[in-house]
Amino acid sequence: GSMEKYKAPRRIRTVGDNCLIGASGEYSDFQSVMDTLEGMVQDDVNYDDGEKSDAKSIHSYLRAVMYQRRSKMNPLWNDIIIAGKDFLGYVDKIGTTYEDSFIATGFGSYLAIPILRSKWRPDLTEGEARALLEDCLRVLFYRDCRALNRIQIAKVQGDDDAVVSDPYELETNWSGFEATKGDMDGDGGW
Amino acid sequence: MASAGAGYDLSPTTFSPDGRIFQVSYAQKSVSTSGTSLGILCSDGVVLACEKLKNSKMLLPSSGRRLHSVGAGYACAVTGFASDGRQIVNRAREEVSSYKDTYGILPPPSVLADRLGHYVHYFTLHGALRPFGATATVASYDSDMKECKLHQIDPSGTCHSYYACAAGKGRQGAKTELEKLDLTTLTVEQAIKEAARIVLTTRDEKDKDMELEIATLAEGDKYQFKMCGKEVVSEALKWAGEQLEEDMEEDDDE
Repeated sequence: GSMEKYKAPRRIRTVGDNCLIGASGEYSDFQSVMDTLEGMVQDDVNYDDGEKSDAKSIHSYLRAVMYQRRSKMNPLWNDIIIAGKDFLGYVDKIGTTYEDSFIATGFGSYLAIPILRSKWRPDLTEGEARALLEDCLRVLFYRDCRALNRIQIAKVQGDDDAVVSDPYELETNWSGFEATKGDMDGDGGW
Repeated sequence: MASAGAGYDLSPTTFSPDGRIFQVSYAQKSVSTSGTSLGILCSDGVVLACEKLKNSKMLLPSSGRRLHSVGAGYACAVTGFASDGRQIVNRAREEVSSYKDTYGILPPPSVLADRLGHYVHYFTLHGALRPFGATATVASYDSDMKECKLHQIDPSGTCHSYYACAAGKGRQGAKTELEKLDLTTLTVEQAIKEAARIVLTTRDEKDKDMELEIATLAEGDKYQFKMCGKEVVSEALKWAGEQLEEDMEEDDDE
């Protein structure tokens, strides 16, 4: 969440049954991307030939779309993360792509990635992974003055359906930050 | 065989003296040589069934699909020329998709049927084009009115809404049987079996081998298109076969 007008926009969504898309940036462009992807999923249903778009193919498709738009000087202003079975990928507004074990956009790439680099292990359990994500999001809340402590976590596991949680509030602990509080009597500086 | 039209049947742009367009009639005739198809509106959804006549023992069972999903909550059965039917199905898919893009909602059943009617009708107006040799039976779920609808578009472009409809070879017999059903209480599950029975009733011993395709838009599936699996279809056919034998025994007893 952020201090902008809408405090809980749905920025993580499912595509098909078992692919997750999360996006930062221009929300209307994200909605447009989701409409296109939902059309793709319906096409799969219509053809009924046993093929289903998976996270990897959606990632490829988005790469093509984003790069083409940037080449026409009319980008979709988003940084997108795609997650699915055994897949985690990133596409951004200029069509850059990569896959990794952990990905972050926006402030997260500065504040969360260092935490993830030191704390991530290939054998994290689900509980540990959630705790790690919450820690990163907590830091982002502390350090980004526009952020709210309302977050969503989503999960896709194996062949199960992808699930997005409802927004919930992170517990925060502001003790230890007193030193940064301005002096009300004085000029507000420290 | 002398041409019945005697010169008035060369082009869809020509009326005959008795007010018919022969090309369209001929197109409708070609539909009635195809395997039977049925549509049944039930209390909790719609059932579409098609009798796929197999021309060759070498045909893969799943090929030659006659039942198609055309959108989220729409199904289309084609009767007649498979290639013409394919065109109509593709057009239906485009119509659903473009309506959603333009208006942000899925098209109401009557709108989709109307559009397909217009499309098919267009081909009956031009000298350079021939009419579609296919009838499309469209089942749709209206999410606003919370009800299912069944429409049939024939080669003339006429579009009607039905409680139950049939097309193809066995349509006369099928319509008679369909009229006997109580559609207010019939469930999708029962209708699947009845559809199998009606198809078997309208068949002859000398007919080719067939494969039965059945699809549903059922409340239980949130009115999403679902092709009935092999087991469901074979169960239905088995039940239908037993019903027919019982009927035959009754006839023998009389």
